[in-house]
Amino acid sequence: MVIKNEEMRSLELSGQVGFNSLPHQVVRKLVSQGFCFNILCVGETGIGKSTLINTLFNTTFENEEADHYEPEVKLRSQTYELQEHTVKLKLTIVHTVGFGDQINKDESCKPILDYIEAQFEKYLEEELKIKRSLSNYDDTRIHICLYFIAPTGHTLKSLDLVMMKKLDSKVNIIPIIAKADIMSKTDLGNLKKKIMTELQSYGVQIYQFPNKDEEVGEINSSLNARLPFAVVGSTEDVKIGNRMVKARSYPWGAVQVENEEHCDFVHLREMLLRVNMDDLREQTHSRHYELYRRCKLQEMGFKDTDPDSQSFSLQEMYEAKRREFFKELQHREESMRQMFVNKVKETEAELKEKEKELHERFEVLKRMHQEEKRNLEEKRRELEEEMNAFNRRKVAAETLMGQALQGCSQQPLKKEKDKKK
Amino acid sequence: SSEKQYVGFATLPNQVHRKSVKKGFDFTLMVAGESGMGKSTLVNSLFLTDLYKDRKLLNAEERINQTVEIIKHTVDIEEKGVKLKLTIVDTPGFGDAVNNNECWKPITDYIDQQFEQYFRDESGLNRKNIQDNRVHCCLYFIPPFGHGLRPVDVEFMKALHEKVNIIPLIAKADCLTPNEIKKLKDRIREEIEKFGIKVYQFPECDSDEDEEFKQLDKELKECTPFAVIGSNTVVEARGQRVRGRLYPWGIVEVENQSHCDFVKLRNMLIRSHMHDLKDVTCDVHYENYRAQCIQEMTSKLAQDNRMESPIPILPLSTPDADTEKLIKMKDEELKRMQEMLNKMQQQMHDKDQ
Repeated sequence: MVIKNEEMRSLELSGQVGFNSLPHQVVRKLVSQGFCFNILCVGETGIGKSTLINTLFNTTFENEEADHYEPEVKLRSQTYELQEHTVKLKLTIVHTVGFGDQINKDESCKPILDYIEAQFEKYLEEELKIKRSLSNYDDTRIHICLYFIAPTGHTLKSLDLVMMKKLDSKVNIIPIIAKADIMSKTDLGNLKKKIMTELQSYGVQIYQFPNKDEEVGEINSSLNARLPFAVVGSTEDVKIGNRMVKARSYPWGAVQVENEEHCDFVHLREMLLRVNMDDLREQTHSRHYELYRRCKLQEMGFKDTDPDSQSFSLQEMYEAKRREFFKELQHREESMRQMFVNKVKETEAELKEKEKELHERFEVLKRMHQEEKRNLEEKRRELEEEMNAFNRRKVAAETLMGQALQGCSQQPLKKEKDKKK
Repeated sequence: SSEKQYVGFATLPNQVHRKSVKKGFDFTLMVAGESGMGKSTLVNSLFLTDLYKDRKLLNAEERINQTVEIIKHTVDIEEKGVKLKLTIVDTPGFGDAVNNNECWKPITDYIDQQFEQYFRDESGLNRKNIQDNRVHCCLYFIPPFGHGLRPVDVEFMKALHEKVNIIPLIAKADCLTPNEIKKLKDRIREEIEKFGIKVYQFPECDSDEDEEFKQLDKELKECTPFAVIGSNTVVEARGQRVRGRLYPWGIVEVENQSHCDFVKLRNMLIRSHMHDLKDVTCDVHYENYRAQCIQEMTSKLAQDNRMESPIPILPLSTPDADTEKLIKMKDEELKRMQEMLNKMQQQMHDKDQ
């Protein structure tokens, strides 16, 4: 077969062809399929994770208040179907439960990392199946991690730093200062700066809003400058002026959630939902997932050959792996067989021992029995002898008595005769 | 209480739209059919440009033993900010020799080769810049001179229908009257069904599409196979300059819907179903290829019948029948010995009493 490749060139169109509808075709298909978005909220118990999500999506998602006595960190996930105009969204929210409550927090990070990786693993499994359905795969990979920082006023907690560092290569992170209505404007500014410097010097890579795009580059640049977002959440409506707004009502005033002067909530919402939602999904798939996949496959022993290598063939690689595998299988079978044979020998030996023991006891018992028997025989003989002796004496005694009786009756007659003379 | 407020994720479609425009698109179209069916002319008419400058046509003698070649033309075109990298795959020589046995083989090989390349790239560790050279659509040109499908048409389509989206076309339709066209279309549709050829099916309309779209969709489906005419020249007809063919008896206008189905083909191929053609190639044809490939590789591991073992993770086989028997035997022996032991112990216990 002869294949000829002509050089690529640009051509002028002399009329309306119509492929400019391609983006619409793409969008139409996606809209009919529906979108999915998965949010992970990491933060201490009571820091306001559920409230913030409720505020963001303007709904009250069902929620159980957690106590501080969880022995270990767990994750709780809930999925909701939302719709806005014609756009259907399958939203999954994953909350940490018990994060930061334990006295020893060494094991705090593991459940969260395991959860994130488990979702990647599921996708990888699907991708490696023979019959796979990637286009309608139920995607549970985490697209964004909202990390809630407690407003202690000084800096990050050590757990926060450690946790974010472990997360940054697996998921898009956006750090949030929660319950920000506890800090004054200046304090907040200082805290933000401090947090960003700490993150930078520890090498934590948080999500960068893409600012290379003409349309959204500007918005995103300004959003980047406001990180971490200082948020206040509330689902209560308070009357301010003649409008009802979401706010937290204090004796000294009301903190309005959607007021830019009061907190960064609107910026968070803008960034998360209105501008970069799709980019977050894309980053998860093309960066974090690819990294996971590459590491996982390398772990399993797969190497990439360079593109010029002519001898590369998936089939060959597969054959090689298969041979390797069979060798290992045989080896394992051998060792299992050995183990089995050994076990059987051991048990046989044990049983033989027991048998010997039993025989010995039997011998001992037999001897004892014989002894007893002999003793008994002796006794019997003695007894017999005694009996015989007794019988003899008895006979002798009877005979004597008989004789004695006869002599007695003869003697008295003789005397009488003597007198008469 | 306040009215339901706008959350904002309804902008997702716009976000996707923007991203896809930035990324640009690519599409690979294959054209197949005997020489002289008007393939190149049709491609030029579809994309309103001239892809075939300086090409050499063989004469009959040169074609006696001609083998099928594969020639790729790639062009970058842009329209209203949307960039498209269009690749046209030509198959000169198809059906032109005297003996055309299996003349489609180089074509099926080419399609498989693109699948294989994609499969390798997709399975690699570094997937940053995968190029998609898979063939998304094949326009097959049926000559208008006969009564329906010929053996070579049937064989070609059957060899390819599970590898690529086939759109059969009646070429050079300006030699047929409307009645003749209708008869030929009906005949071809019958034969396609009779021979079990799976040509590209338009996806069903969503129920929430507007009526106009649904009507168009219905008309399209009833019109296949499209009868097309192409032209490289511009003529003057009814006061306008249009692409057409000038005959003594009149002017055939390419874009006149009462003259031929060109506009329908263009609308379907480019304006409404281009993306779906790509999707079907990815989700159906490529997946079939991949599944087949893997199954051939794992058929040697036939002991273990699991359908879903991924390639890199090889399945562990269960111990074979002999080993199982051995294990069972030994197990029973052990059990018997254990029972004997128990009995003896019991006897001794009784004796002691």
